[in-house]
Amino acid sequence: MLGIFQNIEISHYIYLSCVLFCIGLFGVLFRRNAIILLMCIELMLNSVNLLMAAFTEYMGDQNANGQMFVFFIMVVAAAEAAVGLAILVMVYRNTKKTDVSFLDGLKD
Amino acid sequence: MSLFQNLPLPFLILSFITILCALYVVTSKNPIHSVLALILTFFSISAHYILLNAQFLAIVNLMVYAGAIMVLFLFVLMLLNLDKSSEPVKSNLWGISAAICAGLLLVIITASFQKAGLAVMKSSAVDIGLVKNLGRVLMTEYLVPFELTGILFISAMVGAVLLAKRDNKSEEITS
Repeated sequence: MLGIFQNIEISHYIYLSCVLFCIGLFGVLFRRNAIILLMCIELMLNSVNLLMAAFTEYMGDQNANGQMFVFFIMVVAAAEAAVGLAILVMVYRNTKKTDVSFLDGLKD
Repeated sequence: MSLFQNLPLPFLILSFITILCALYVVTSKNPIHSVLALILTFFSISAHYILLNAQFLAIVNLMVYAGAIMVLFLFVLMLLNLDKSSEPVKSNLWGISAAICAGLLLVIITASFQKAGLAVMKSSAVDIGLVKNLGRVLMTEYLVPFELTGILFISAMVGAVLLAKRDNKSEEITS
């Protein structure tokens, strides 16, 4: 893009995205609060978005196919967040908890 | 480390802020702090988009993620009245095993990318991320997915309203 940013390579963005994705994965595995789980999923989706934009730039894609995919991922993320939060509100109304480890009714 | 040499300072600082905020999202005890840290993360990712020549994407990221989705999360948090006291307790062992899993995945992904041998990159045109170009591509090549996206949104909206609507009949029976 600009002269001072010539030194950034695609591999740096790959590493950054990998780290962000793994932080999100760690959150999904570690946390028990359902809202935090949804937020960690958003974080993982965002790391993928960042990598898509990076590849669009570095591959010299004149049609911006990667950026188009980022749009669609954003749409899916918005729909997912809305439905997920609606389910969460419903669960909270029934159990007064947002702890996912209590939702084991299918286990028995 | 050779990985960090010759890197421009703005990129390093931005990446550092991004990763730190993401870590705080995961480790913070208070859900409100997590949401605020995630908003900061999205801001820094938007700055990365601007570095990556995706100007429109940066604005959309701010509006949709930091503006709409995160405000939705905040509203739900305050609606449910969640704070530090309602945070479920978790064992230390669980955290260690989760950290091992995520760390192993990180090692595997980065190692496979190192072996991939990516070709020499070239920069795309400057105006690729502007509304003009993106709108043209969206309305020509991606027209069918675009329309399907509308259907997905409508169904998600109807589903969310149906799920979150208070059911009066069942409420009377239970109470």
